[in-house]
Amino acid sequence: MSEKTLSERTSNNAYNSQPLLETRGVSKRFGAVQALMRVDFEVYPGEVIALVGDNGAGKSTLIKGIAGIYGFDEGEVLFEGKRVHIHSPREASALGIEVVYQDLALADNLDVVSNMFLGREWTEDTSIGASLNARRRGLARIFRNLLPMREVSMEKQAVSTLNELAVTTLGSVRLPVASLSGGQRQSIAIAKAVLWNSRVVILDEPTAALGVAQTRQVLNLVRRLAEKDLGVVVISHNLHDIFEVADRITVLRLGQKVQTYLTQETNQAEVVHAITAGQLNAIPGMEQ
Amino acid sequence: MTSDIAAQRADHKQDGLHQRATLKTLLFQLRAFIVLILLFAFFSVYSDSFLQPGNLIILTKQVAINALLGIGMTFVILAGGIDLSVGSIVGLCGMIAGGLINEGLVLPMFGVVVYFNVWIVMLITLVVGMIIGFANGIIITRFNVAPFIVTLGMLYVARGLALLRNNGATFPNLVGDPALANTGFPTLGTGTFIGLPFSIWIMVAVGLLAVFLTLKTPFGRQVYAIGGNERAALLSGVRVKNVKTITYVISGLCSALVGLIITSQLVSSHPATGTSFELNAIAAVVLGGTSLVGGRGTIGGTIIGAFVIGVLNNGMIIEGVSSFWQTVITGVVIIVAVIIDQIQQKLQERSVS
Repeated sequence: MSEKTLSERTSNNAYNSQPLLETRGVSKRFGAVQALMRVDFEVYPGEVIALVGDNGAGKSTLIKGIAGIYGFDEGEVLFEGKRVHIHSPREASALGIEVVYQDLALADNLDVVSNMFLGREWTEDTSIGASLNARRRGLARIFRNLLPMREVSMEKQAVSTLNELAVTTLGSVRLPVASLSGGQRQSIAIAKAVLWNSRVVILDEPTAALGVAQTRQVLNLVRRLAEKDLGVVVISHNLHDIFEVADRITVLRLGQKVQTYLTQETNQAEVVHAITAGQLNAIPGMEQ
Repeated sequence: MTSDIAAQRADHKQDGLHQRATLKTLLFQLRAFIVLILLFAFFSVYSDSFLQPGNLIILTKQVAINALLGIGMTFVILAGGIDLSVGSIVGLCGMIAGGLINEGLVLPMFGVVVYFNVWIVMLITLVVGMIIGFANGIIITRFNVAPFIVTLGMLYVARGLALLRNNGATFPNLVGDPALANTGFPTLGTGTFIGLPFSIWIMVAVGLLAVFLTLKTPFGRQVYAIGGNERAALLSGVRVKNVKTITYVISGLCSALVGLIITSQLVSSHPATGTSFELNAIAAVVLGGTSLVGGRGTIGGTIIGAFVIGVLNNGMIIEGVSSFWQTVITGVVIIVAVIIDQIQQKLQERSVS
């Protein structure tokens, strides 16, 4: 019902193009707990969509399913209109889906460039295109990992990506990540995701541990990703941040989708109500 | 906008602090090297025979053994592991090389005994070392057992196999037999090149190769990443299990190399060779500034650490310090090194935040 209204509302703008990423009726059960129940969710190019909900609403479950950390029990995932099966984070990145986790997943002991290229270092035998696309196997990959790295090219690419995203507060890209501020670390983690020609970037609580100025930096960065025509998913508890950065807001409650709102046409009170008391299609535990 | 500028200013302030602390941290980072120079100067002044070329060569020969084991150990420790089995692998590989030279490879099903050329013997021995390291790595990564436990078990298994190889007896006089075309094994231990024993050259070559691997290749970078944050490495697409396994293979290979060198130097293989070598290797790694939790350390540091232990032992022997006291002093030096390491960590954290 609500879906229909949404498509009517959005029929005159970008949302009638094909979604970059779409889940159709995905469910996930952990033992007795129905973590997700027939959730439809779509991400369009050039938009920031927020995923909100209380603890246990199923936000993380949905994201982890998309990222290939575990599979959905039912339903399907479509990427650029084609049905895909994602079995591991590596397969997700190969498609162009990158997740920036809450704890950032950076190696503190390595510098900025090393972190951005971790696991995909450029070596003497690889042209830039080859290292992005070719996934080498077995012994060939082990051999490639023993060739000298192209530090200068990697550093140039890292600097140019950071500049493109206007991440300019770094003193040097050769500083260990441990010496950077929370906002800078978050920016590096996001830039790392962008470096690999990703189409969809999923950010898990990107501003959770940040101060005011740093939050601003990161929110600006999130907007710039959408301007580069990426699909951006932001998970957050901070409605203030979400209203500032998101184009649409999808509310999950008890593993089900309540509704997707256009940010311009809703307000915090309505979203809070949906999070805490939104209408559900089925009452958990009461379905047949 | 103002807040952006404020944030930038804060960052610049951080940079300034960073630079001011650099000299202090540099001195701390070079501490093993400074200690080495001090020890060297001390023994040079107080002992007439310490600086004799003959003594320095003997010293470096002893250091080479420990440094080679330490280099393999550094890879393992950088990736957050530990390898307690290296001493036993030294013993087992020595017994395998000795057995192949003296008894050949007995193939009962064909009723023949095959004797190999010395080069082939060494190759087989190195492969055996790598296989044991591979077994360590596979058990640790695929069955999720703590490295300490797996390699402790392997310490017993490899030592037991070394003893079983010849029922606890040695293989003496490994000179080979011209009739079997397998002579020349002792050359590895006694031969020299530009006046320096082969073992020293092997240490130099393996050291350079290891420096290249750790600093210049994706493999080395990934080893550091795993030690720093294993989950981050995994999520970045690093094949964490494979990389960790390879570190144990390298350690096994280094141990086999040491087994060959010692066996060749003694021209006989004894099953108890290498007992407690793993502890000397770990001591060299720690003295060299490598963190036992992984992610931080260098190959150069380990080699310096091995030299510190070597110079200390050599100097004390020349000075006639009781060997019991030598053991005590070595232990104290190791503990002090770790304490200084902790202080350095605190210093660095303070300079950052």
